[in-house]
Amino acid sequence: MARRLLGYGDDAVLLECADLADAVGLAPRVRAAVPAVVEVVPGARTLLLRLAAPLTADARELLLTLPAAPTGTASGPLVTLPVVYDGEDLDEVGALTGLGADGVVAAHTGQTWTVGFCGFAPGFGYLVGPDERLRVPRRPTPRTRVPAGAVGLAGPFSGVYPRPGPGGWQLLGRTATTLWDLEAHPPALLQPGTRVRFEVA
Amino acid sequence: MSGALVVEAPGPLTLVQDLGRPGLAHLGVSPSGAADRAAHRLANRLVGEEEGAATLEVTLGGLVVRATATLFVAVTGAPTTVRVDGTPTASHTTVVLRAGARLHVERPARGLRSYLAVRGGFVVAPVLGSRSRDVLAGLGPAPLAVGDVLAVGDPTRPLPDADRAPAPAPVTVLDVRPGPRRDWFTGDAWSTLLGTVWAVTADVDRVAVRLSGPALTRAVTDELPSEGLVRGAVQVPASGQPLLFGADHPVTGGYPVLAVLTPAAADAAAQLRPGDAVRLAG
Repeated sequence: MARRLLGYGDDAVLLECADLADAVGLAPRVRAAVPAVVEVVPGARTLLLRLAAPLTADARELLLTLPAAPTGTASGPLVTLPVVYDGEDLDEVGALTGLGADGVVAAHTGQTWTVGFCGFAPGFGYLVGPDERLRVPRRPTPRTRVPAGAVGLAGPFSGVYPRPGPGGWQLLGRTATTLWDLEAHPPALLQPGTRVRFEVA
Repeated sequence: MSGALVVEAPGPLTLVQDLGRPGLAHLGVSPSGAADRAAHRLANRLVGEEEGAATLEVTLGGLVVRATATLFVAVTGAPTTVRVDGTPTASHTTVVLRAGARLHVERPARGLRSYLAVRGGFVVAPVLGSRSRDVLAGLGPAPLAVGDVLAVGDPTRPLPDADRAPAPAPVTVLDVRPGPRRDWFTGDAWSTLLGTVWAVTADVDRVAVRLSGPALTRAVTDELPSEGLVRGAVQVPASGQPLLFGADHPVTGGYPVLAVLTPAAADAAAQLRPGDAVRLAG
């Protein structure tokens, strides 16, 4: 599927990308390439571009043709997150994927994940990885409270809840690492492009 | 420091707000900031402050503060009665508080949010570059509580020549542009969006205003992968009842955006109350 530019009110446009990899690979390049773009909000297959001025025809052409960085070439910092794999949904995910609980842990720890985009809550990164065997649906009913540090799966993503809140992801375990710290610069440990390895704590 | 305002009653909800913390969506942080930007800016202009100075966003009145020194203040936004030691005056005008004077922002007759600015500005520690309270992310200064002392800085500019401004007329029509997912809806959905007198439901906060009316129908029923949101986005969840996103909107959302309010309409939407009637115009 080709990219498309969609109107998004007076101050923004939505760039629909070919797929998740295109969006993740394009995000870091857009601001530098198009000066009118003042903020890039990546989504699962889109980039929301906040604009300081209307896009010129040349800028529109550039956004539709700019090559994305190939997947797997993310050069962000590498973060290792130790996880206690005792999540309430681990057995269910083992059954859904056919990998069994041990197989899920092996697949989750056996690949390098990349933060595609952030959302949902401050410091919550949507992690994408090359191993597609871990794709599972969200829980049919979200939990009203998920503890801080919970490590989950949903669709093509893995993620870690930075603070307690409601959530519908399948929970594999928990990490003690702080993901959101207002005293840190920047306060979010995970940002688009950050690479993540999970390991058994 | 040239004085302070001591909070004697915070009302239902009073928050410190400025123009927010844009540029942090990549950390999962929304811009936040004053829900009615125009009213916030006007309050600061009336006391000779920069537009980005912090104001108090007073929801449905009820705020009582006491001055510890002579201070100039102005209240804008939802038109309301402002009392100084019991003597009523209007909003949208500059008011002098002597040391010890008590200012009462009454519940507005219409509209939802009033903005109180002070000459010299409120001295509040910023969080990620902003003094705004983001109620969804839990960032910024906590809601005001009895006994809070709000320090006031030194004025850096002269007072403006004008000491009053017109109060806003009631807004019942909000201008919209087509949203990025208009083609996910039937043609009827767009004409229904513009042709309906919508009722504002009881679910009104800084995150969103929910509207009630005929269901807006989808032409594409696929799941939408999460994509970016802006203040003023008109999103239509599975119920078909639209919601208007406010200053503390989530960074991304998973339902299609049918339309987007203009910035002025997003300010006006911040004054909608439960039970109000509103039309959208494209």
